[in-house]
Amino acid sequence: MAVTSKRIIRSATYLLFVLLATAGLYLLLGYNYLFAVQIAVYAGGVMVLFIFAILLTNKPGENVKTELPVRRVVAGATAVAGLAFCAHIIYWNIKKVTELVEQADITPQQLGHSLMGTDKYQYLLPFETISILLLACIVGAIMIARRR
Amino acid sequence: MELYLGVSLIMFFAGVYGFLSRRSMLMILISIELMLNAADINFVTFNRYLFPGQLEGFYFALFTIAIAACETAVAIAIIINIYRNLSSVEVGNLDQMKE
Repeated sequence: MAVTSKRIIRSATYLLFVLLATAGLYLLLGYNYLFAVQIAVYAGGVMVLFIFAILLTNKPGENVKTELPVRRVVAGATAVAGLAFCAHIIYWNIKKVTELVEQADITPQQLGHSLMGTDKYQYLLPFETISILLLACIVGAIMIARRR
Repeated sequence: MELYLGVSLIMFFAGVYGFLSRRSMLMILISIELMLNAADINFVTFNRYLFPGQLEGFYFALFTIAIAACETAVAIAIIINIYRNLSSVEVGNLDQMKE
């Protein structure tokens, strides 16, 4: 529904519900921290950006146009074909591993130690790279959207 | 496990359909978000079921969320700039940028 709705603000709302459902899936899988990050970053930050952009760029009362019917049929056929292919692969390979092994909750100490170390299975370098990337993105976005 | 994979599969191909069939750049961006989320669910599911003691997929999903937030911010800045120049956000009108 997020991709078929006529009004763009409605499809943004549907996207919000999809993101919340994804966060619920993380919670079901036992990753509480990822749940919190998903809610905060996606449902908080990204959705606010989306709604802001929609309100800035959309004329009120105007429906968004879709592509020509031929293009829509081709797109639907591509999506259905890919879905059938991947569903076939998953269905035939899923029998090997299905047990859900119990695992202890990830403690914040464990998380912090593995984000702040440089040993094997520790992630200081990606963490710092992500922070630099975020800084560059913020500066770049301000530079691009600035009114000249 | 196949239920999680099925959910992310449907989500991914809904994103593919939206990406190919909509004209507005914001809708295309929303479809990209859907696809990234499906990939995140896959990472976390495989990590949880196949390697329960380790956390690689967890961190990968974490960093992917951060990268998706960056990408959305920059894309929305670009879209607002294009709207300011062309007063339209449709991809078919983008070749007027040359003039």
